[in-house]
Amino acid sequence: MSNTQFTPSITSRPVYPGLTSLGNVPAIMIADASGQEALKELAAADSSVMDQAHVLLVTTSPALADKLQDLRPASIETVSDLDAAVPSFERLLSTAKMGTQLYLAGSEGLIGFFSARALGSGLPQEAIQSEHRGPISRRMQCVHCKGVTEDVTTDPFTCSHCGLTLFVRDHFSRRLGVFQGVCVDAEVPGEVPETEEIQP
Amino acid sequence: MTMQFNEETFRGDYTYFNSPAAIRRFPFPFDQDAYMYSVNIEQHPGGPEGSPFEFAFDVDEHYVAEMQDRAITLAGDPMRCQSLPHMELAGWDLLEAIMVAKARDYPDLFSLTIDGDTWHWINRPMGIDDTFTFLDPATLPYPPLEYITRQAQGDFALLHERDGNLWLDAGMVTSQADWSLDFDVGMNFFEWHAPVPKAGKMGVFDKALKFLLAMNQGQSYRRLNWTMTVNPRLDTSPENYHKWGPEKRTVTPENVGQKQFVRVELQTFWRLPRSNALAFPIRCYLANLEDICTYPKWGRRLHRVLRDIDPDLADYKGFAVNQEIIVNYLAQFDDGAPTSPGIFPVDQEG
Repeated sequence: MSNTQFTPSITSRPVYPGLTSLGNVPAIMIADASGQEALKELAAADSSVMDQAHVLLVTTSPALADKLQDLRPASIETVSDLDAAVPSFERLLSTAKMGTQLYLAGSEGLIGFFSARALGSGLPQEAIQSEHRGPISRRMQCVHCKGVTEDVTTDPFTCSHCGLTLFVRDHFSRRLGVFQGVCVDAEVPGEVPETEEIQP
Repeated sequence: MTMQFNEETFRGDYTYFNSPAAIRRFPFPFDQDAYMYSVNIEQHPGGPEGSPFEFAFDVDEHYVAEMQDRAITLAGDPMRCQSLPHMELAGWDLLEAIMVAKARDYPDLFSLTIDGDTWHWINRPMGIDDTFTFLDPATLPYPPLEYITRQAQGDFALLHERDGNLWLDAGMVTSQADWSLDFDVGMNFFEWHAPVPKAGKMGVFDKALKFLLAMNQGQSYRRLNWTMTVNPRLDTSPENYHKWGPEKRTVTPENVGQKQFVRVELQTFWRLPRSNALAFPIRCYLANLEDICTYPKWGRRLHRVLRDIDPDLADYKGFAVNQEIIVNYLAQFDDGAPTSPGIFPVDQEG
């Protein structure tokens, strides 16, 4: 598996160029179960990238962390989901030195979630690298109720907050780290197109 | 002459109407018989007396009712007005620009007295009489951007300049053509225009950004944009699309003349003095087909434009589903005669 190639789309749709080592500099690395493969490849290309790297692994499988220990990062912590990672991430950001790099690897939801928080804390866009791995599910915000539905894999989908049927737009907010979902049957309630899997 | 303000609504029973004088000054957006994107920017203010281009911030018969409609929208969704923390100074800049211009251009309606930092503002149509300290937000009932845009027709975006780009970092948006400030706030110029079809590839946004970044203090410009709206509804937001969407399907050959509105945005651009931000007011004018077609030139031209438009644009502007009914209705006003250049309805005054 390598970095997912997405079909070119509108300019607000994020692209994920892949991770490139900047060497032995302060770093925060966040990955999920699929994304940790990208961290391994990064370290294989340049093991010094791990010398000052604090790793947050978002997974319900703690065994994965043991494998990453072999890469000898400065620290490694396992958290069960995105929200559970926030306190650790904010602590790492608050003590981050100038020039700290943020390496993100995994789902679009993970990348969007932590990019938005990092930008909100003042980390420059240039300091954030990303590589997409694993399922192409999306974090979708309902434009009507503003609720976020995680891991959306179909278009249309049902908003997990207000229950409206939403279509999946490519319009993306870096500030919020979400794609926009809009009611698909607003004009003729009940007239819903056939559900399809989201394509890369 | 004191202006008369209509008692009218932009939702529910939709009692909105244009007087004959309002139709006469409607900013018809087509200067020829066909439409495609262009940057079409010219200096603002400046234009025929009585036109919406004459003054910096046009005030018309819909003023009071539009401000009431904005208040209703804000009460249901306060996030229609947002300002990222670094944008407060730009809000004061905008407040100053609007107050100074309105007091100068409409002395019967507004007055502004400045004594050092103490400002006394009177808005007679809305019954507001406030004294406050300029640059001290604690002396106003709302933050400066919200305070002044609750008293000014049209939506307002405030753009912060950095990294060679413009960032949509504040705004008041309650009468928008289907875009969400809450979603787009914080985006750069290319990101928030991303959903517009074709224009990016044509280089429209590159050119527009270059032009806007080159604007200096004291300069201001305008352009017209347009779309189509069923019923005279200001709040055609994506947030409420599931509420107003069904109305789009109520157009019939019998009611299209009254129900189908051309929605024109008079977009103006201002470089602000203290913050160096750009103010981007987006003023909305609505006129239905029946009223527009009281001017033969407009009836002929609107028919040709909407009949021949690129299907992608008909779709993006949201009227593809009603295009046939609209064009069939307009055909009765098109006798095939040539039309004169320019947007004004009566040629010798253009």
